[in-house]
Amino acid sequence: MSNQPDKVKIPFWRDKRIIPILLQALFVVIVISFGFILVNNAIKGMEAIGIKLGFGFLSSTASFNIGQSLIDYQPTDSYSRALLVGIINTLQLTVIGIILTSILGVFIGIARLSANWLVRSVATVYIEIFRNTPLLVQIIIWALAVPSLLPGVKDSIQLGSVFISNRGIAMPWFETTPATAIWIGFFVVSIVAAILLWKTRLKAQVQKGKRTYPLIWSLGSIVILLAAAWLITGQFPAMMTYPQIGKFNYEGGYIVTKEFAAVLIGLVIYTSTYIAEIVRGGIQSVNKGQVEAARSLGLKGSTIMRLVIFPQAFRVIIPPVTSQYLNLAKNSSLAIAAGYPDLYSVVGTTYNQTGRVIEMVTIMMLVYLSMSLLTSLFMNIFNKKMQLVER
Amino acid sequence: MNMQSNPNIDTALETSTSELPPKNTIGVWGWLRKNLFSSWLNTLLTIVTVWFVYAVLNKSLSWILGAAEWQVIAANFRLIFVGQYPVEELWRIWLSLSIVSALMGLSWGLWRGTMANLSVSLSFIYFIVAVMPFIQSGTRVWLFMNIALVLSGYFIGKKLTGKWVKRAIIAAWLLSFPVTIVLIKGFGVLPDVATNVWGGFLLTILITIVGIIFSFPLGILLALGRTSKLPVVRWFCITYIEVIRGVPLITVFFTAQIMIPLFIQGFEINNIVRVMIGVSLFTAAYAAENVRGGLQSIPRGQYEAAQALGLSTPRMMFFVILPQALRAVIPAMVGQYISMFKDTSLVAIVGLFDLLGIGKTIVSNPDFLGKHMEVYLFIALIYWVVAFSMSYASRRMEKSLGVGER
Repeated sequence: MSNQPDKVKIPFWRDKRIIPILLQALFVVIVISFGFILVNNAIKGMEAIGIKLGFGFLSSTASFNIGQSLIDYQPTDSYSRALLVGIINTLQLTVIGIILTSILGVFIGIARLSANWLVRSVATVYIEIFRNTPLLVQIIIWALAVPSLLPGVKDSIQLGSVFISNRGIAMPWFETTPATAIWIGFFVVSIVAAILLWKTRLKAQVQKGKRTYPLIWSLGSIVILLAAAWLITGQFPAMMTYPQIGKFNYEGGYIVTKEFAAVLIGLVIYTSTYIAEIVRGGIQSVNKGQVEAARSLGLKGSTIMRLVIFPQAFRVIIPPVTSQYLNLAKNSSLAIAAGYPDLYSVVGTTYNQTGRVIEMVTIMMLVYLSMSLLTSLFMNIFNKKMQLVER
Repeated sequence: MNMQSNPNIDTALETSTSELPPKNTIGVWGWLRKNLFSSWLNTLLTIVTVWFVYAVLNKSLSWILGAAEWQVIAANFRLIFVGQYPVEELWRIWLSLSIVSALMGLSWGLWRGTMANLSVSLSFIYFIVAVMPFIQSGTRVWLFMNIALVLSGYFIGKKLTGKWVKRAIIAAWLLSFPVTIVLIKGFGVLPDVATNVWGGFLLTILITIVGIIFSFPLGILLALGRTSKLPVVRWFCITYIEVIRGVPLITVFFTAQIMIPLFIQGFEINNIVRVMIGVSLFTAAYAAENVRGGLQSIPRGQYEAAQALGLSTPRMMFFVILPQALRAVIPAMVGQYISMFKDTSLVAIVGLFDLLGIGKTIVSNPDFLGKHMEVYLFIALIYWVVAFSMSYASRRMEKSLGVGER
């Protein structure tokens, strides 16, 4: 009896060790042959119209103009340079967008929890309006519809020294002077000194139980060092230039073009509604007992917010906010609807000129993927640092 | 019990009477004081907000009611809603809409609550459109008939009882998707209407429906693959999901538009189908992550119990795990589909004439030069009404289902 099982031979299609291997092999065969057919078709199709796969074309002359660029770019530059301009424009849009949308989102999120009924309702209406309208429609409204109602440069709307017209927004800006570098150096040193002083003074306060005024010390160090910078250089860190209405366009100051402004406003407003809801959820997720405990310890309102609610809410907020930042980065590709030359737009133009579809799609996907992966990597590290370390 | 014997109570009573009476919190003034003017900071906030709201409303309302010229909407009303769909076949779209109206009314009678609000809003929208001065009388008849359908559905639904009725209605809702598509396209049953004349709101809705129908099963497959024990399958699914989630939708549309004709040689796939493939493949990756969340929420005991009963893996998944997992992810999926509905506007960038694309063609028509704001605001309003009512319904449904609280 005991040696009976050894004699029963399991057919291989019932063997639990072999089935998975067979299944996977089948899967690989299907996927690879399917992929091969598609790619083969594509390459044949490309060759039929005389295009060979390869990235060599990137070094040839782009010969198209790009409206806005942070780096020097001429139509005589290569395609790779044009793509670089597109990538930098996308990054610029994303970074500024993330900063502004965070500020606006936190502001609206707190307004949603306000004790003031009116403030709360306005925040709710804001969220419901902008969240339930497609981002692309919003961007198009900002890019095409709003400028059609705005006055021309000559009759710009003036708010202080900021001008708004159908060309864009002109605002005062800094112009660097030789003293700027010295100022920046002193500023960095003063920040470091302020942080160090804050930490040591606060530690002393906790240990000795006497007031040591860490805030005054750290702020004082900044003021003293900046005053020193002023004494050494004898001038302010930068010159302010104010925009003026010129003959055809603004002169001086910094001009935010209509295209950039439209995409940025659209992205910031749309994403801020999501951030606001996340912030509200995060603050509400903090246990009520925490606030009550803090109050019974005698902490005042602002201290409770800073030391009890905020650190706990922050942990809940980070992961969903990360995915909103990623969404913003990806949504920046809608800039093309406003005519802002981001990566997608440059890729589109390059494709139209060269017909290099496989290469362009590969480049575009790789850039967006690495942007997404880098952002989530960075935010994951940040998240790990912020998370509660439990036993 | 002599009150006088305890001096403490006396003093307590005395001090409390010497204080001012508590602030009135009832009535209009009480409400105002409590919610708007409870402290000087709050009062300041109220004043600033009132000023802000006044400024915004004043500007926008004076434009909407004064400067705006809404004739452009009246002149292009049909174009915005159905694009170039042939007039003699329009009855098919009306019939599809009637199916939805009837189902809506029946659901209202059966479930009340959220469905009541949705049905009333739907009838209200029908009514508003019907009383517009520029609407043709034929359209008006259809619209009033739809209102009648919603109402009669409600009265019939109220009378119906029994568990199977609710199931039948849910099944009918699910069936209405393919039925609508067959009605509108024809597919040999009816005379064929080429997809290139689909446009406007109709196209937006159709892309959304097709996207839902195809992305849902694909998403389930991907989620199962991602949680599979077979490493090759798992890694394939992870790569697919992460790549798709890492790139913008517009790059997927771009790729679909240009690569599909290259990949598939021999027969032509028109650009609407290409976009539908793109949106399905894109949404499937997101749906997969939602489903995976549901799968992970199922306790291990359920798997073990199913295995102990001797169920094979497919049976365990199909009969035990998935029904529970899918139930748990309904709200997340609805949210996903709302955002997909909004994202379909991106097809305008790749040259389709959906709601937004039609808007673009209207403003480029020299007859309606400079009417950007009117056209795009109206289009935004249509998107908003649909997205808002869907998200409102899903929030209410989430509450009544109690998903996440069990």
